[in-house]
Amino acid sequence: MAFEQVLQYILSGVTNGSIYAIVAIGFNIVYNTTGIINFAQGEFLMLGGMTAISLSQFMPLPLAILFAVIITSLAGAMIDFVFIRRLRNPSVLMMIIVTIGLSIVIREMALHIWDEKVRSLPYFTGSEVTSISILGAYISPQVLWVLGVCGLMVLLLGLFFRYTATGRSMRACSSNKTAAGLCGINTGNMVTISFMLSAAMGALAGCVISPITQTQYDSGTSLAIKGFTVAILGGMGNSTGAVVGGLLIGMLESFSISVLPMAYKDAISLAILILILFIRPSGLFGSREESALKEF
Amino acid sequence: MLLEVKNVSRAFGGLRAVDDVSFSVPKNSIKAIIGPNGAGKTTLFNLISGSLRPDSGRVFFNGRQIQGRPPHTIAARGVSRTFQNIKLFHNMTVLENVMVGRHTRSRSGFMAGIFNLPSCWREEREIENRSRGILDMLGVSGLAGMNAGNIAFGSQRIVEFARALALEPELLLLDEPAAGLNMHETAEIAEIIRKIREMGVTILIIEHDMSLIMDISDDIVVLSSGKMIAEGRPSDIQKNPEVIRIYLGEEDAQDQEP
Repeated sequence: MAFEQVLQYILSGVTNGSIYAIVAIGFNIVYNTTGIINFAQGEFLMLGGMTAISLSQFMPLPLAILFAVIITSLAGAMIDFVFIRRLRNPSVLMMIIVTIGLSIVIREMALHIWDEKVRSLPYFTGSEVTSISILGAYISPQVLWVLGVCGLMVLLLGLFFRYTATGRSMRACSSNKTAAGLCGINTGNMVTISFMLSAAMGALAGCVISPITQTQYDSGTSLAIKGFTVAILGGMGNSTGAVVGGLLIGMLESFSISVLPMAYKDAISLAILILILFIRPSGLFGSREESALKEF
Repeated sequence: MLLEVKNVSRAFGGLRAVDDVSFSVPKNSIKAIIGPNGAGKTTLFNLISGSLRPDSGRVFFNGRQIQGRPPHTIAARGVSRTFQNIKLFHNMTVLENVMVGRHTRSRSGFMAGIFNLPSCWREEREIENRSRGILDMLGVSGLAGMNAGNIAFGSQRIVEFARALALEPELLLLDEPAAGLNMHETAEIAEIIRKIREMGVTILIIEHDMSLIMDISDDIVVLSSGKMIAEGRPSDIQKNPEVIRIYLGEEDAQDQEP
């Protein structure tokens, strides 16, 4: 393989991988405060992309994206208010089934609102034919947007959890909910914030990838599966793991195209998911004891 | 009275874990709750701190009813606690643990926190300074940057004290603070408890270490099988024949000097 070609694969792998990482981090945020896996996470990306596409008809692109992020995070808060909060002493399994149901409902609602047409946001800079040459590989400037936005989100999230009182409270909840409550933290509110945060991140990711991958009412599902694989691979709840896992899966997928037919691309990540669940269910970075302590 | 517990009961299935218990804690005193294992002491703490709802009865804090309220509300009113089995946040540093304790005392809302407004930064700095001050006062400031899960057991207990104090409580509930500690560490804990009282904090303590209890408490409540069987000064409780029989066992009762 020529060097340029390898570089091309790497760049495309990193682009997809960083989106998977964002979806996985979305899973992790909710998982850490509630212990559940929110299977509607992928729908947040679709919702963000679709809302921004509709809004961009009436307002400039940056504003449309901003409102799409806000609207989606409110949708995330609503999921918590209307469903998660109402369940008294729910089992983990029950909550997971609720989120699967929600993902179906959101998808069908999107189908009614936007029909099944494939849409996309315009390229943020240039157009679909603009390309930048990096050491002989050609990439769209949108790829740089994806990498930049994802990198920035991971960085800001890290700072948020480390240096703000709210971030610390959320970590306290994930460590020990009872103790956090007795320290005066309203644990219910932390769950709401975690849903809002993961929805907002998903929406923003959905907007930046929309020009490249395009958005359709059901485009969240496959992203959720990839993101879930990455979250499991990195170790549930571990954000560093999610970034490494995301890049790894993205890279594997893009290199698989050179050996296997394109159609097998999605099968690769599913095969990996099954392998990890068999061999190392705690993920690359998760400790075994810790995952045994969690509810499943 | 800072805390008044009135006819509080709580059953788990057929077991009456706490059965019609009433007592009160005056401001700035140290009150102890003793009793054999399974007497309902920790359940009583959980009823006061809001982790459990009483089936019946009322709990007043500063004259206001608090029974059945969520734990974070009760904590915000000024009731703080430590646990028998230490519950620090292991994924955080010692300093961060204490800073979380101050969360309820911070004024800026979470929106300001998310957007990192300058007011929030100033407050953040203040919270950090106060938290360091508390660690310093308890003599564990050297551990501030360590991961809370990695420090010695005795130190973890002191850090839990620090976290509870960060809330600036009026009432501090201590659940077996000397459990698992050696004599030297227990003496250290006794010293800390006295120091906390001097700060004007009222203390309600569950403890099995009798010498510690007799040493520091003003007043003792004795529970057995969920029922209150005695209340009084340490010297009276020591002489109370029923307490000696139930709490120390028949043989010890005979060994006691008249």
